This record gives sequence, C-alpha cells and structure tokens, in this order.
Amino acid sequence: MTGINISNKSDKPIYQQLFEQISSQILNGRLKSDFNLPAIRTAAKELRISVITVKKAWEELERMELIYSVAGKGCFISALSEDELQQKRNEIIKHQWIKDSHFYRDLGTTKEELSNLVKNNYSETGM
Amino acid sequence: MILKVENLRKEYETFLLDDISFELEEGYIMGFIGSNGAGKTTTLKGILGMIQTEAGDVEIFGKNFKENEIAIKQDIAFMTGSSDYYLRRKIRVITKVVKSFYPNWNDAVYENYLRKFKLDPEKKVMELSQGMRVKYSLALALSHEAKLIILDEPTSGLDPVARDDLLEIFQELVEDGQKSVLFSTHITSDLEKCADYITYINEGKIIKSTSKDELLDSFRLVNGSEEDLKTMKQDLISYKINSFGFLGLIDTAKLSRYPEINSEAPSLDDIMIYHAKREETHAEAAV
Repeated sequence: MTGINISNKSDKPIYQQLFEQISSQILNGRLKSDFNLPAIRTAAKELRISVITVKKAWEELERMELIYSVAGKGCFISALSEDELQQKRNEIIKHQWIKDSHFYRDLGTTKEELSNLVKNNYSETGM
Repeated sequence: MILKVENLRKEYETFLLDDISFELEEGYIMGFIGSNGAGKTTTLKGILGMIQTEAGDVEIFGKNFKENEIAIKQDIAFMTGSSDYYLRRKIRVITKVVKSFYPNWNDAVYENYLRKFKLDPEKKVMELSQGMRVKYSLALALSHEAKLIILDEPTSGLDPVARDDLLEIFQELVEDGQKSVLFSTHITSDLEKCADYITYINEGKIIKSTSKDELLDSFRLVNGSEEDLKTMKQDLISYKINSFGFLGLIDTAKLSRYPEINSEAPSLDDIMIYHAKREETHAEAAV
C-alpha cells in the first residue's frame, strides 16, 4: 500500500475517504490481487478511526467486488482482469461525476462551458 | 451486550436524570457527551451503584448489576476526573493498597503503564501535575484486566500528545473484540477520532444513543436568509442570526420540507451547541 491519509477536517465522511483511497489504489494497480487488507480492528487502531467506519468502507469495497472476504482470514483484493478493472473504474468515475454535476447544474453551467473547462484546465498528469 | 442501562432515574431537588437507557456491545468504544451539568457523572455513578437511584435496571456482562455487584466490579475499571488520593503518600504505597482489592491485578501491565506515562513510583501525589495525576489514575484503573472500562473525563487535563496516546490505548483495549470502553468527555475531537458509538445527554435526558456516523447524519446545519428563517423557524432545533441571514440546526428528517435550503453536515460541537441554545431559549421564554 502507498499510504492512507484520513482527514477529520474534510467534508467527506471518513468511510468515504477510506473507500476512495483504497479503491483508487486497487484500480491503478498499486494494490495487487490477493493482497491481504489489515483486519478491521487493526486498521481502525492504526488510522485512529472508529471500527464501524472501517467496517463500512470494507463493506462498500466488497459491494463493488473490489475485495472479497474469507471467514477467519480477513479481506483480500479481488483478482480482476484488465477488462473488469476498466469497467469498475468507469463505474466509479461515472458515479462521482453524477454527484459533482449537481454543483455545476446549480450554477447553470452549460455542456459547452463544461467541455471547454475540461479542455483548458484538465491535465492528466495533475501538473 | 456488555452494558445495558434501562430507564435509570435519579431525582435531586434541582436536577432530574430521567429515563436514561442505552446499551453497548463488546468490542466497541462509546463516547458519552453533554455540556457541563448535563448529568454525565451522575449517570456513570448511577450505573455503578455509587449513588442511590430511584428507578432503573443495569445489566453488565449479561447479569443484573445489583444482584452480582461484587463479582461484576472485579471486571470493571472505573476512573473519575476528581480522584483524591492521599497527597503525601508515594505512588508506590497507594498502588500497593489498590492492588490488594483485585485478584486479577497484573503487575506487568501496571509497570508498562508507569513507563508509558513516565510516572515515578517514588513520587508523592502532591508532586504530580494535574495531567500526571490523571495518568496515574488511568494506570491504576487499567491494570486489573477489566473487560468494561468506564472513565469519567479521562482526557481532561491532558495535553494533545497524551490524549492521542490515551485514544490509542482505548483502541488497543478493544482490538480483540472482547472489551468495551465507555468514556465521558466534552472534548469532541477525541470522539471524532475513535468513538464507534455516542450517547448524547442534555439536561438529564438522552437525546440520542447511536453510532457516531448515524448521530452526525441525523442533523444538518442549514443557512439562509431571514426570509427563509420565517418559513422554517418552527422546524429548527435552534438558530443564530448574523448579518448574512441565519445559521441553524435541523433534524435531517425534516430537511426534505425545504428542498431549496443550503445544508451541510454538522460537527459534534455544532449538535451540542444548538441543542444547548434551544434550552436557553426555552428557559428565557419561561421567565
């Protein structure tokens, strides 16, 4: 894992922060299949967050079929083909976009303005 | 359930603790919050039979507390903020007395806490700062392998580093899923970090006892113009007027009645502040 950073100041619920950070590490290939995620109570202690919060994030990952659980052994990263990874990635991107689009709609942003915004201000490398 | 409190009631001339009910499962941390004088200490003492209560049942480890008090207390750790030890006695001497009450006392665990908290057993209580006294009380409370740990304001008087250490200790304690911690505090940032459940008490009554996420989810902070305020005043828990309009707290369930209003998630502090403000307003209206 490349690290998890939980912020109490963020507007996002903590379970969501955890879900997003782990799912992106799975989808960009940094977390390999069959990697054993830490036990819920251990993760809670280490990240100084509540047990219920970690449970909720793990449940969400399992619902997305990004991880699977083995009784008594914990949770593992699912073995996903390139196609499946791509499909899940698209699903998450779309889901996030639907959420974010409310903000732009409220401001009366047109489709054209948005596509110009992306053209002029979005860089794939984040530079 | 490791702890089940049902309809606890305590009457004082000027204060009523009424119908206190909540429960806690094995393996979790519960924060007990409320402003000064809300009834936190009275509740904790009522649970442990340290004050006479007028009504109510307490079950601990699945057994009736009153009928099994002595056996149950062996497996409970309790610490209150105002522990008054003999000021002129050395820590070593006080510990010797305390440990004699607990057959399960574990010297290794105790020594470990002394090291962790940098406590010198040869020091007298009067030579310890307020924060160090709290740490000593904690070392005493946590060294007999208790399964239910009940602490009254354990983080008050501790600096941020010591508070963080303590929260880590709590999480280590519950890590095996067998023990539970119930602690009262008014430092809500401690709870935002590690509490699984929160019981919120105000003016002697439980407002909510639920998971932290659910508690935060059940209220929303709203803001709008004074015009907006007129239409929604009756549905707000309370509100504050400022030069831009108003800020208020509302039950999330009622939010759908006002689809146009701006809302955001509150902090635990927000929830406490607006509930306290409501009491003030009611008190003023009664005068």
